[in-house]
Amino acid sequence: MATTTARPAALDGSEDGRGLLTRDDRARLYRYMLLMRATEERALTLYRQGKVPGSYYDGHGQEAVSVGSAYALGPRDRACVLHRDLGAHLIRGVRPGRVLAQMMGRATGITGGRDGNMHFGDRHLGCVGMVSMLPDMALVACGLGLAFQIRREPRVAMTWFGEGSTANGVWHEAMNVAGIRRLPVVFVLENNQFAYSTPNDHEFAVDPVERATGYGFPGIKVDGNDVEAVFSAAAAACERARTGGGPTLIECDTMRMHGHGAHDDMRYVPPELLEHWAARDPVEAYEARLAAAGIDTAAIQADVRAELERDTEWALQQPMPDPPTATDGVFAEVAEPLGDGEAPWSRWSPDREATHA
Amino acid sequence: MPELTYLQAISDALREEMRADERVFCLGEDIGRFGGAFKVTDGFIEEFGPDRVWDTPLAESAIVGTAVGAAVEGLRPVCEMQFADFISCGFDQLVNVAAKMHYRQGLAVPITVRLPSGGGFSGGPFHSQNPEAWMLQAPGLKVVAPSTPRDAKGLLAAAIQDPNPVVYLEHKHLYRRTKGEVPEGRYELPLGEARIAREGTDLSVIAYGAMVGVALEATEDLDGASVEVLDLRSLVPLDTDAILGSVRKTSKVVILHEATRSCGVGAEVAALIAENAFEDLDGPIVRVTAPDVPIPFSPPLERAVLPQVDNVKEACRELLAY
Repeated sequence: MATTTARPAALDGSEDGRGLLTRDDRARLYRYMLLMRATEERALTLYRQGKVPGSYYDGHGQEAVSVGSAYALGPRDRACVLHRDLGAHLIRGVRPGRVLAQMMGRATGITGGRDGNMHFGDRHLGCVGMVSMLPDMALVACGLGLAFQIRREPRVAMTWFGEGSTANGVWHEAMNVAGIRRLPVVFVLENNQFAYSTPNDHEFAVDPVERATGYGFPGIKVDGNDVEAVFSAAAAACERARTGGGPTLIECDTMRMHGHGAHDDMRYVPPELLEHWAARDPVEAYEARLAAAGIDTAAIQADVRAELERDTEWALQQPMPDPPTATDGVFAEVAEPLGDGEAPWSRWSPDREATHA
Repeated sequence: MPELTYLQAISDALREEMRADERVFCLGEDIGRFGGAFKVTDGFIEEFGPDRVWDTPLAESAIVGTAVGAAVEGLRPVCEMQFADFISCGFDQLVNVAAKMHYRQGLAVPITVRLPSGGGFSGGPFHSQNPEAWMLQAPGLKVVAPSTPRDAKGLLAAAIQDPNPVVYLEHKHLYRRTKGEVPEGRYELPLGEARIAREGTDLSVIAYGAMVGVALEATEDLDGASVEVLDLRSLVPLDTDAILGSVRKTSKVVILHEATRSCGVGAEVAALIAENAFEDLDGPIVRVTAPDVPIPFSPPLERAVLPQVDNVKEACRELLAY
């Protein structure tokens, strides 16, 4: 129950989750991080070319958080994803081309131009699209968990939020009901050091991971730039939730390496802080680790580049939405619940799923 | 057909939906062991158990927000705000998460939010409000406000089975004062259809909720005038055909509601009539509403603010004489 800042042990007791991750899993983790970064870099280029309307937000430097955590999810688990967490969408099965089409407001983007940038969740893949009132989705995740609990299903809801969200009262309501009902929810707190321009020391007096104990469930703090450490914590939390152990708060210590949005020059960030974190880039660090383990990272890079080229070409050909459709769809005619997402972790391969789902 | 109170009809609708549809569950403050502040869910926790009758902590965002999550997973949550006034604390989840979800993401959010609303019993500024106009500015919400036990039951069943978030305004003043015949068993009334509470030819009074009864009483014997009373029942969708049909028949219209005046339902209905039936009018559109003030506590002050039978009589007489 006690809050710990120690690196979590993996389910099999190995230090970094290697016992849970096959060689293919590790290659996939790297691929998803790389794909997230490449997709966001391409989207930023499209923004600068004037092809992405409005503003532009990304999760540059935070790739290990969403990839490491979402990788632990099973197909029937559900996710409420934050705008810094493209990796989670990619893992659930959203193609990069659709993300780019979404950013450009095209008809075939996930929201068909109804909402912009990262405000999406593919309902067919078990994701609920976020709103700008960021802590709100923590309560929606509690509701997903509530449904699993009422129906006695061994499933998990995962949600992501920044440390900025922990200052809002809605966050307290979510933690409190999750604790009271021991809901199967995994709360991933990504502390990227700033809420827009507001630094940690203006956001809280005590590290928010410490609050978990007060809500009656464990809080753990992990290196948010180490994808396997994040995965290991998330896998343990999912297992706990799935077996009736209740929620877990995982704080991932990381850094927002870009501005809050593309319009933000980050003048408030001390250069030495950026330098410190630049030396700990999650994608580069993992590449070095895998290369040392003999995994062909260059081949993965080439594969991601090719995928992104294809997808960008596709996205640029997509039509804009038809103006008269702007008033369609305010109300639903039928209620179709969320569908299942992809679950690339080897544990969820079809022949093994039956033992867990 | 049995005679039930408005409150019994609401309770019956909820109980029958829960019995027939295991997806339906309710959540709210003090609704379980205590049976609800107004006893709508009295006995529910004994019948359905604590999983389907959740005594939540005092956290309205949590009530609405968790309902959204459960709904998109296939359940049919029915939220109770202890008083309609408290929806302000859960408003963000209602108007930003629930209302916009289908338009943005194609994801339906079938939740019902029950709002015990209205004044007339010295509830004061925080237990008497009629907050429906707040909801009308949030596209994606349906809003209903029944006035009779029969409608209360059928509209609640329809709200629960509707694929959209539905705000269900139940007027506290009607709970035990209003009785009426209610069909046995499950039935739904369509959302978006007004009801002619009394036919007439000289003037239309358009009202909803507790004000339907006030309109009927005020115009029952109004110097022999034939006054039509139209009960909107649903504010979103609004039954524009019924409104315009009544106005075209009588050519004079009084719009009556208990909520405050500016930008209220009456303003919307008046604009609708002005835009679409201007040539049919034989007099100005008249509104009888609460003035733009918080609802005061002390009985003489509250009576001065909430529309009374005499206010309606006076407004109708003036318009009939126009």
